[in-house]
Amino acid sequence: MSRQSNRTTDSKKMNSELFTLTYGALVTQLCKDYENDEEVNKQLDKMGYNIGVRLIEDFLSRSSIGRCQDFRETADVIAKVAFKMYLGITPSVTNWSPAGDEFSLILENNPLVDFVELPDNHNTLVYSNLLCGVLRGALEMVQMAVDVKFAQDTLRGDNVTEIRMKFIKRIEENLPARLSHMRNTVRG
Amino acid sequence: LSAWRRTRMADEAPFQFLHNEVIQYIYTSAENGETENGRHIATLENMGFRVGQGLMERLTKDAARFKDELDIMKFVCKDFWTCVFKKQIDNLRTNHQGIYVLQDNKFRLLSQLSAGKQYLEHAPKYLAFTCGLVRGALSNLGVKSIVTAEVSIMPACKFQIMIQKM
Repeated sequence: MSRQSNRTTDSKKMNSELFTLTYGALVTQLCKDYENDEEVNKQLDKMGYNIGVRLIEDFLSRSSIGRCQDFRETADVIAKVAFKMYLGITPSVTNWSPAGDEFSLILENNPLVDFVELPDNHNTLVYSNLLCGVLRGALEMVQMAVDVKFAQDTLRGDNVTEIRMKFIKRIEENLPARLSHMRNTVRG
Repeated sequence: LSAWRRTRMADEAPFQFLHNEVIQYIYTSAENGETENGRHIATLENMGFRVGQGLMERLTKDAARFKDELDIMKFVCKDFWTCVFKKQIDNLRTNHQGIYVLQDNKFRLLSQLSAGKQYLEHAPKYLAFTCGLVRGALSNLGVKSIVTAEVSIMPACKFQIMIQKM
């Protein structure tokens, strides 16, 4: 019987390792395809964006979260619901700007970088840059233009991984009927 | 979907979205003729191979040694498939001469593709990574193989493993 429960935890752990290892294989491939780190960073961001614009629909249908009232609520939903649901971690939300338009997500552990070491010739690679694109793309689909970047990175020797998110502006609602329905209602 | 099932499957989503995006990335180059397609499939397969090796290394750290080749295949069909796809292989056949056919009646990674026949030509793109995954997993267990896959009726597919004697 205990073997059964081990298998469930293993299975969950394995699944995140599948993602982590696949992500590693992707970064390796991009480093082969592009000449410099900056190009790889851009490509990761772009791919993340493409994922984000679809992931938001998946998230909204799974989480039954209604519309966020303000950026603070958005931050909490990202950290406590989305990250938890998809990556099994809950970053802390800190370092709010006085205007309330900027905050940090602090990740004690970044699941993307398990077992990863950056080789010496990749000093400017932002390994987990996909995450920035995902957040940017997802929020754009709910009318928020945001700027997302890594402020600290354990791969570069920092103690924690810090993602800085800044609210730029509200996006005009030009949604096709299908998506604007999604914005307001809970999908079951 | 019930609330429990919805969140339970959520942790599969990151990989599925990533897998899809990797395929889109590999195929966005301007040339997409026959040779390029072959190259793209090989790139995807090789990525899967590395991942499969890494996964199997973690999975069998404490496992007992396998009795024989069939034992290994059963492990792939049950434990490995469950870890990766949250379900077992539905049917395993072999000619007992080094060829195994693994049938998955509802292959997770094909769910992105519509069921129509006109999408069948794109199915190989969605199978390549997993072929590599299997080949890499077996490689980690000391088994050299060639893995191919085919879809006849979505979303069922068959993975064919040909053991290569070393």
